[in-house]
Amino acid sequence: MRELFRFFPDSASSISDAVDALYLWLTTVSTIMTLLIFLAIGYFAIRYRRREPGEVPAPVLGSLRLEILWSVIPFLVMLSFFTWGTYLYFHSQTSPKGGMEVFITGKQWMWKIQHPSGPREINELHVPIGVPVNLTLASEDVIHSFYVPAFRIKKDVVPGRLNRVWFQATKPGKYHLFCAEYCGTEHSGMIGWVYAMERHEYEQWLSGGGGEGSMATRGEKLFQQYGCASCHTMETAGRCPSVRGLYGRQVLLRGGEQVTADDSYLRESILNPRAKIVAGFEPIMPTFQGQINEESLLQIIAYIKSLGVEGGEEVEATKK
Amino acid sequence: MSTVPVEPVVEAPRNYLNASYGVKSWLLTTDHKRIALLYLVTITILFFLGGAFAVMIRLELATPQGDLMTPDTYNKMFTLHGIIMVFFFLVPSIPATLGNFLVPMMIGARDMAFPRINLLSWYVLTIGAVISISAAVMGGVDTGWTFYTPYSTTYSNTYVTLMAVGIFIAGFSSILTGLNFIVTIHTMRAPGLTWFRMPLFIWSHYATAIIIMLGTPVIAITLLLVGAERTLKLGIFDPALGGDPILFQHLFWFYSHPAVYIMVLPAMGVVSELITCFSRKRIFGYSFVALSSVAIAILSFLVWGHHLFVSGQSVYAGMIFSLLSFMVAVPSAIKVFNWTATLYRGSISYDTPMLYAFGFIGLFTIGGLTGLFVATMAIDLHVHDTYFIIAHFHYIMVGGTVMAYMGGLHYWWPKMTGRMYPEGWAKFSALVLFVGFNLTFFPQFILGYLGMPRRYYAYPEEFQVLNVMSSAGATILGVGYLIPLVYLFWSMRYGERASSNPWGATSLEWQTPSPPPTENFTVTPVVTEEAYTYSHEAPEHV
Amino acid sequence: MSDTATVPALQEHVHGPLKHQFDDIAQQHEADTLGMWLFLATEVMFFGGMFTGYSIYRSQYHEAFAAASNHLDLLMGTINTGVLIGSSLTMAMAVHAAALGRRRALIICLIATMVLGCGFLGIKAYEYHHKFVENLVPGPNFHFEGNSARETEVFYSFYFAMTGLHAIHMIIGVGILAVLTFYAWWRGFHPQNKHIEITGLYWHFVDIVWIFLFPLLYLVGHHEK
Repeated sequence: MRELFRFFPDSASSISDAVDALYLWLTTVSTIMTLLIFLAIGYFAIRYRRREPGEVPAPVLGSLRLEILWSVIPFLVMLSFFTWGTYLYFHSQTSPKGGMEVFITGKQWMWKIQHPSGPREINELHVPIGVPVNLTLASEDVIHSFYVPAFRIKKDVVPGRLNRVWFQATKPGKYHLFCAEYCGTEHSGMIGWVYAMERHEYEQWLSGGGGEGSMATRGEKLFQQYGCASCHTMETAGRCPSVRGLYGRQVLLRGGEQVTADDSYLRESILNPRAKIVAGFEPIMPTFQGQINEESLLQIIAYIKSLGVEGGEEVEATKK
Repeated sequence: MSTVPVEPVVEAPRNYLNASYGVKSWLLTTDHKRIALLYLVTITILFFLGGAFAVMIRLELATPQGDLMTPDTYNKMFTLHGIIMVFFFLVPSIPATLGNFLVPMMIGARDMAFPRINLLSWYVLTIGAVISISAAVMGGVDTGWTFYTPYSTTYSNTYVTLMAVGIFIAGFSSILTGLNFIVTIHTMRAPGLTWFRMPLFIWSHYATAIIIMLGTPVIAITLLLVGAERTLKLGIFDPALGGDPILFQHLFWFYSHPAVYIMVLPAMGVVSELITCFSRKRIFGYSFVALSSVAIAILSFLVWGHHLFVSGQSVYAGMIFSLLSFMVAVPSAIKVFNWTATLYRGSISYDTPMLYAFGFIGLFTIGGLTGLFVATMAIDLHVHDTYFIIAHFHYIMVGGTVMAYMGGLHYWWPKMTGRMYPEGWAKFSALVLFVGFNLTFFPQFILGYLGMPRRYYAYPEEFQVLNVMSSAGATILGVGYLIPLVYLFWSMRYGERASSNPWGATSLEWQTPSPPPTENFTVTPVVTEEAYTYSHEAPEHV
Repeated sequence: MSDTATVPALQEHVHGPLKHQFDDIAQQHEADTLGMWLFLATEVMFFGGMFTGYSIYRSQYHEAFAAASNHLDLLMGTINTGVLIGSSLTMAMAVHAAALGRRRALIICLIATMVLGCGFLGIKAYEYHHKFVENLVPGPNFHFEGNSARETEVFYSFYFAMTGLHAIHMIIGVGILAVLTFYAWWRGFHPQNKHIEITGLYWHFVDIVWIFLFPLLYLVGHHEK
């Protein structure tokens, strides 16, 4: 068992110390404010206690100067919370380039985790330290929330959309992974561990697992199995747009709108093909809603990604 | 606020309590004072029912592993605790009892503008409560009081629809009460009672009524859609049918954030009355305190998005909601500072209601300041959906609203019943409540920052020490609520008889006998002075 | 009303007896009217929740909503709009007749309003029936030829929720009118003007809701053609 009493959880990510610092600033201001109010009330209550039953004090009307003072000063202090907090939040929401990818699927009541290169785990997430880790979050059923207190990050896992979050572990160790959004009977059992490891240990762990091939390979199989390949991989434009080199590109839609072909766009186009129709094509693709689960979807997206991204670079997975 | 002399106050032989007898005379009454007592009985029962669920929660959480009940039972316990306390106790608490009793009296009116609608609102609440309780008895609900979709629409196998219907119906009770307040305050003020002579209790109820009128219909329609989605399989919130679960959260919090102010604004009104009366001082900065209530009412509708910082909503939307959330803190801060300044050079007595007022200011300050933590996006990222949130809103709801409610109940008890409560016991229980409350909820701030998520039936061992402290505090808190229940009942029969104005207060309700006659005032009072004119000396400026 | 304010007997006739909680008739009348306007404000918020939801999905599923909208019976919708506007006219005439104290005209106008209201509900029921036959009622039996069945189902969810809620308001309105007519006719005395006036406010509000529903549900698709 750890120490009996502590006020901070482990601090193990690139932002956790900054969040703690902001928290301390807020705590300091709040403590001072609380003490000021308590002391003022205590002092007034004793100093001006009623000494005889009939006494009536002289009225005091108020003071515009004081009112302005105690509206403006607290607001300025609050602006410091706002600016600092927003700055840190924006930082925590913008993932740096060059990180690794991990795909998380929440399901009543477990976390299913896929690494692009192959290994899959349940309720355990192995990551190297010092590398930004980008998570793509999908839910099979209800809303869950991916929460690692030691990293000070949390993101809801919402069915019907892909949310993203990132972190960079800084200290090797074993940390709690919680589901923070109530999701039914075993909500409190939907917990796991994040293992932050040194680079070399992580490489070792990676080579130990995943005999079934990378996510992209599995995605390719599904791509064949669901019959997507018959139409979507032709080099010349046929009846359907090709998925080669699609990922990350701007796609012109019927009606003139442009969208970026990211994970969410691909997911939507598979489940709900008529939502965004590519310019120059007829809406003939059937919907796959209810026929592919979220895990498989992520694999198919990984496969499409592996077929080349904008700028011609090939993703690692295809080189292997 | 003194008035043109009313008839000399003798113990009135006829008053609203003995004007007629029998069950029928109560169940068919249109007297706002009797309706207030009907509400008092109803919500007291509901409060102890909600409290019983809380006891079960704290018992289960005394140990890390699940042992006392199954996870499903536990989930139902916290859901029912939340639903009963929020929709059936906190929302009606002060407005429906104290507000119903006092709004007409404080403005010198004989009754509410629509007495029959007032009675109807009590029936509506009761029917809603009966439906909700029967949903609980038949098997309960396990969605949490927030009813998040798609869990509530598709995955939960419990009595969600019935519960939604109960809350939907109870919502109309709020709407009718709010409607009555606004119309009464607008049209029925005594001669001379201008807007800026009104007691602050009236201002805060006016602001509350605005929120009720504009917010409640939205939660009503939202819950109706949840019910329709479950029974008719509509696809508005369920992603599997093309809907969007986040839309539900927007609609839900559009009401439920302002609802926090429905609960706390009336409490602020009570505290303004208590602080002025027991320091015999005019309120410091009357117009700032009055208008800050209206400012809160308006701003409260613009901050709901701060409940969705981690849902994946746009970071820019989050930024705006965060800024607006800080802005709504300003009028609340203004109130706290003005209450404190009112004590300056006052004549302060330590009667029980004043102790509750002190307790309110202290706990509301902590609750409000921790609200700034969660309005700060980077902190919310960490503490969202943890015990930090639980502690924060219990400091506002229990530390704030319930403290003020208890204070107001003691303060106006002589007026409502014609009897004094036993002062010694009352002081003692106020102290017990204060200690019990802090012991229950302060550890939860620490638990939350350590990362313990809310709604957990079992939790990792390292959180146990703080949870045991919290459970122990809850026991003390429970005792603190039981003592007043006993002595207040006792005092109705055996308490010392109260004079018409035992506290020497200035507002109109004290210028008529205790308990008041059915028509409140034998002669319509005329107001010639501003609120809280305890002294006729020329006012000083600081 | 101000010209009648000095004649107590007429006052009672116009506003009903003074209730004990009010000081005078003017105060009572002000309270009654303000009360109804506030109630309508909550009604706006009540429908507002659904209008918000509708608008969000409408922008999200633009084409599907347009396509689904084309399956609604535009002719019936247009007729119903006319019927409702007509009922608003007769309602306004009823208020006028009541103000002038013409009992016969009042009764005729009230009955005309009720008939038009029931006509609206009848046509609505006919449309609902058609949708039921075509399997366009959301739920397990929902069936839609075409690729965007899910979005169409969302559209029909809103269609039924919004028009259904509106129809419930119509039914309540017709019920109130029936009671007023009963008072005016059977009981042999004039119902109080303020009741007619306040019911009029409600009736016009319900009509206005339809004026928003009609283009949102029936007309959105037609510019696509």
